[in-house]
Order: sequence, then structure tokens, then C-alpha cells
Amino acid sequence: MKSHILSAIILTFCCLLFLAVLYPLAMFGIGKAVAPNGGQGEVMEANGRVVGYARVGQNFSDDRYFWSRPSAVSYNAAGSAGSNKGPSNPDYLATVQARLDTFLVHNPGVRANQVPSELVTASGSGLDPHLSPQGALVQVARIAKLRNLNARDLELLVTQKTEQPLLGLFGTARVNVLELNLALDNLK
Amino acid sequence: MNTELLGVLAIFLLTLAVAWPMGRYIARVYSGERTWTDPIFGPIERLFFRVSGIDPNRGMTWVEHLKALLTINFVWFLMSMFVLMNMAWLPLNPDGNPSMSPDLAFNTSISFVVNCNLQHYSGESGLSYLGQIWLMFLQFVSAATGMAAAAVLFNALKTRQRPFRGVGVGTRQFLRLFPEIQHPHFVALVILVTIILMLNGSPMTFEGKDTIVGLQGDTVQVSRGPVAAFVAIKHIGTNGGGFFGANSAHSLENPNYLTALVQLFAQLLIPAAMVFAFGFYLRRRKLAIMIFAVMTIGFLMLVIPNIVSEMKGNPAISAMGVDQSLGAIEGKEIRFGAAMSGYWSILTTVISTGSVNAMHDSTMPLSGMNELLAMMVNAFYGGCGVGILNFFIYLIIAVFIAGLMVGRTPEFLGKKVEAREVKIAMITALLSPLLIMGGTALSAWMIVQDPSLPWLNNPGFHGFSEMLYEMTSANANNGSGFEGLGDNNPFWNISTGIILILGRFIPIIGPVAIAGLLASKKYIPEGAGTLKTDTSTFGVMIFCVIAIITALSYFPALALGPIAEYFSMQ
Repeated sequence: MKSHILSAIILTFCCLLFLAVLYPLAMFGIGKAVAPNGGQGEVMEANGRVVGYARVGQNFSDDRYFWSRPSAVSYNAAGSAGSNKGPSNPDYLATVQARLDTFLVHNPGVRANQVPSELVTASGSGLDPHLSPQGALVQVARIAKLRNLNARDLELLVTQKTEQPLLGLFGTARVNVLELNLALDNLK
Repeated sequence: MNTELLGVLAIFLLTLAVAWPMGRYIARVYSGERTWTDPIFGPIERLFFRVSGIDPNRGMTWVEHLKALLTINFVWFLMSMFVLMNMAWLPLNPDGNPSMSPDLAFNTSISFVVNCNLQHYSGESGLSYLGQIWLMFLQFVSAATGMAAAAVLFNALKTRQRPFRGVGVGTRQFLRLFPEIQHPHFVALVILVTIILMLNGSPMTFEGKDTIVGLQGDTVQVSRGPVAAFVAIKHIGTNGGGFFGANSAHSLENPNYLTALVQLFAQLLIPAAMVFAFGFYLRRRKLAIMIFAVMTIGFLMLVIPNIVSEMKGNPAISAMGVDQSLGAIEGKEIRFGAAMSGYWSILTTVISTGSVNAMHDSTMPLSGMNELLAMMVNAFYGGCGVGILNFFIYLIIAVFIAGLMVGRTPEFLGKKVEAREVKIAMITALLSPLLIMGGTALSAWMIVQDPSLPWLNNPGFHGFSEMLYEMTSANANNGSGFEGLGDNNPFWNISTGIILILGRFIPIIGPVAIAGLLASKKYIPEGAGTLKTDTSTFGVMIFCVIAIITALSYFPALALGPIAEYFSMQ
């Protein structure tokens, strides 16, 4: 037994050297060389300052911007979480109804069946950076009016910023909200 | 065909196609044959053995194997308690996160040692980077423990020598699975996945939180860390512990659809390959294919309804008139979509990963039931190494029952299956319902006594499901959760901690003991009177055994939780 313990401890330290020191350091080095922003996370800039992480969603609730999805953690990227509300929870369903009502008030002329469900539900991480194309298009009329822009131009912008499924075959089409709003600010 | 479904189908088929050659490779490593990677890894291995004073050529009995395995696990547990309870002052803590309380450290240490990765903390605020790296280390070695135990099973089933003096496996084969550097495809795969993740935007940094002012003017903090290295082994070792609280739903752990496909591939590869390795190793490919077919049919029966119901969406939200063409998107990310999230929810629960790309608490009632069933059976593919061990238990029971039905002596691979083996198999099989039902009953009783306990995030049937899920996940060493449950308190930390230990080691000890006992029996060549175990008839038999044991054990609890919720929503 004693020899087992001693062997186990020494073996553990050997493994630690390889798996907990060399492996992460090597990956850190490779990341510095090849990953976007040296492995510190891809950022987006506007007017010479960092305005956000490309992959991390942020809160947009201003009517002049495309809204992002509701978030259970208010887009706090230092404490990601979903709502974890069950599908039959009455309080939760009331919240969804309230979100829908709010959305319809801010977007006059839009009917409930034009609102895709992601605009009234929270994402898994609370940091979803995307909307579906429909989720962006349904907001175009509101933004066009507030910014005095042509709705056609905005629709075109959404289409331009839509990321198609992988190789056109696999997955979902989506729009990165931060990227879209940055482009929106640059639109003349 | 819908692009969401196409993505799921493609990655499933691709994984199976690669699992076959991977299985052949694992079988070669287990039988100590030379592989092309020996010149690279051989010297490192010899160095390891010399330093730790291990004689790689000494034979060990299955009892000695288990002793060695439990000892090293205990050493890891103690070291883990030390690291997690002292993170605050140890280095690599740029965010100044606190040390864990003793009960949380107990739960977390056990959880990662046993390859479960139930997490009662959130990575952003609950761990320093040193803690993360320590847990990453455990994710490597705990997967290896399961693989090593499976290796003992394989060896014991193969041996035909009598009188029996050990299972005929050197310490070498046993321990070479501990440092995965001995398992080169494994390491190459981990490194490859890490690099893919980094290229797609997963961070790999030791910088702390970043503070930025967003476009709209809100100030937000963004947690970072050595994420990519952690996420790779989390999937390849079927561990599933997330770097961040939201696990693989977090966009820094799982930046896009491609990385999601890679993570799905990585978690299924070794469990599927282990079944083929079993066949190659014992030179019984037909048996392995039969086992694989049973597992696949079980998997499909769970996954197809989940994909369908998640894509259909929540009827209560449809009633509001909202467009649900995206499916039930609460708790899901747009970049993955409902179809992949439905597929992931079952893949991660049939094998013991427990990583999530969508919140299971918010899935539809019957999807939740299938996630529970996947963990209750815990042998459709199953975790790294342990999946095949769990399946072996069902197989022994099926051999016994089939033998009784046709009036022949139950035999498996030329060895008689007698009372002692069947008793061990039954005890192992019935332990799960005991732990899950017992634990759930206790927690349900406590919440009825004191409804003010801050546990449940949802009322009614769903609240019961949250407790049932937590106990099931602990017993299956899965680690996913209905995360609404407020589980960072002494009751949940300690109760699930105990269930984790029992749910890990008994299902390892049971099958290894049976195999050890079988190994010491006389080999009887197959004859006309032998019950054939590699036929589809016997496959149906095993499937029925699994279905009956599961239904009898769990139907009442499922009726109180997800099934009741389903009907209440109609």
C-alpha cells in the first residue's frame, strides 16, 4: 500500500508537469502567435476605442439601435447564465408576454406573429451576440424612422451582415448585433 | 433538407466513421502492440516509470489493479481539496476570486476526480486560474481512470490461462493510460481541438477581467482566461466541466457553429471508439457491432424526439402568437439553433460529458425526460471507458436471463456466468435507482418540510424535476444540471458528493470484479449448446433488459416530474 501511495504521488507530479504546466504554456504560446488578438479575445473598435468583444453580446435597448436578445444576467460577461426557467413556469410566461408587449409598443405596425421568439426569450449564456436575420429585419422600420434612413438601405445592411450557415449547408443564419450596430452608426 | 438538421446528421456520421479506426488503434495500445507513435512516447513513458519506481512488467491481479486505481484517485482528491481551499492566496488569481468553502471544495474535488464535473460554482467568480488549471489536470487523469478500468475488463475477458494468477496484464498497460501522453492520438487530438478553438476566437490568456464601455455607453466586465486548453480536454475526456458558468453556451468557450461541431465530435469519439476497441481487442467484431447497434438504437430513440420537440417550440409561447420557427429558443443560442441544441442535450447525457450548449432547465418537458433517461441508462455509448463497463453489467444480466429462458447454462465468451457474478451485476444495476430515488425522496421531503429553502427556480412539477435531475446527474457522473437549482449549500454539496463517489466506483468495481472472477474460470469452447451473444436476437434481449430495468426503476419519478408537466401544458 505504502509503495502504491508513493508511486501515485510521484506519477501525479510527473503528469502535472506535462499536463498542467507544459501543455497550457505551449498552447498559450501558440495562441499568442496564431489566435486573433494574441489569444486575449477578439475585440471590436470604433472611433479609436474598444467598444466590445466580437464574440460577447452586449445590451442594446436604445430604440436607435438594433436590440439584442433579453438576457438573464443583463449581459454581465463576468457572470454568464441562462434564466433556467421551465417552459410551463407561469411567472416566466408572464415575463415573455411583457417583453412581447414592450416590443410591440416600441415597434408600431409590427404584429406578434412577425416577432421571432428569440426577441422575447433569454439565451443560454445571457451573452448571445446574435439575432436571426428576421429578428433584425423586424426592427428596421423603427430604426429607419428614428434615424431618418431609408428602410431599403437598412434591409440591405442586414442582408450584408448576415452570416450564412457554414459552407451554406450546416447550421443557422445569424447576424452579429454589435457588428450590425457599428455598421449602422457608420451609415450616412 | 433544413441546414440545422443537416449539420447534426453530418457530424454524427462523421464521428462514427472516425470511431472505427480509432477503436482499432486503442485496441493495439491496450494489447501492448507496437504503434507508430512508440519511438516518440516510449522514452517519456520509461522515464515516468523509472522516476515513480513502477515496474512495468510485473503482473497484477484485478484486486491489485483496483487498489492502485483507488489510491491514486485518493491522492488527487487530497491535493484538490488543498488547491481549491487556498486559491485566494495562491498565484494566478488576477480577479482576486475567493477560496472555496469546505463543502463546496469537497463536492468540486470529488466531482472532477470522478469525471463528473457537476459544478456548484461559476467559473468566472468561483475559481482562480490556478484552480482552473488544476481542474483541467483532473479532467485529463479522470478520463484515464475510466479507460484504465476498461482495459482491465478487456484483459480479464481475453485471458484463458489456468490456474489463474492475475489478469495477465502488466502494470505497464494499466499505467500507460494514466499519462495520456502515452495515448498519443488523445494528446494530438486535444492539441488540435485547442488550436481550432483559439483560431475561432476562444481566449487563451492569463490576463484577468477586462473592463470596457460598450457602444451604447454601458460599462461591462468581460471574464477571460486560459479557456481554449480547458475546453478541449473537457470534451475529449467526456468531462464536461465548463470554464465559465454557462459552459459551452458561452461564446468564448464555443464561439461558432464550427467549434460546436468540433466539440460534439470530440465528446463522442472515444466512447464510440471504445466499443469497437472491445471488438478488435477480443477479436469479436460481430459482438462489438451488436453492442454498438443496441447503443445507437437507444441513442436515436432519445435524440430524435428531442430534436423534434425543441424545433417545434414551446406551445405556451406559440399561444401568444409569437413566430416560433426557430424553435424553443429560451436558454439557447442563435448560432447553434434548436436542432443542434436538441442533439447536444442527448449526446451529452448518454455519454457522461454533461457539458451543455443550451440550458436543459428550459428544454421542453419530454426533452427533459429524455435527458434524464439518457443518464439513468448511462450505457448508450457512455463515458470514457466507463460506458462499456456499464453496458457490461446489462450484458451479464441479459446473458443470465436469456440462459434461463432457453434452459442453457449462461455463458459469456466461453466462461460460465454463475450466481456470484449475477449477484454483483444486480447489485451494481440496482444501486443507481437506490441512489437517485433515495436522494430525490430525501430532498423532496426536506423542501416539503421547509418550503422557504432557496433551492427551486421553478414551481410545481418542474421544481421536482430539478431535484430529480441533480441526483440523477450525480449518480451518472454526468455533471449537467437543471441549473436553476440553488445547489451551492451544504445539503446539495454533501449529498451529491456522496452519490458521486458511490456512482463512480461501484460501477467500476462491479464489472472489473465480474471480469476478474470470469477470468479465473475454466474456458469452455463454444459448441452447439452455447447461447450466441453476437446475434441480433441477443441484441434485442439486452435492449429489453435495459428498458425493463429503467422503466421499473424510474417511471414513477418521471411521472411526477416531466410527464406531469407535459400533460399540464396540453
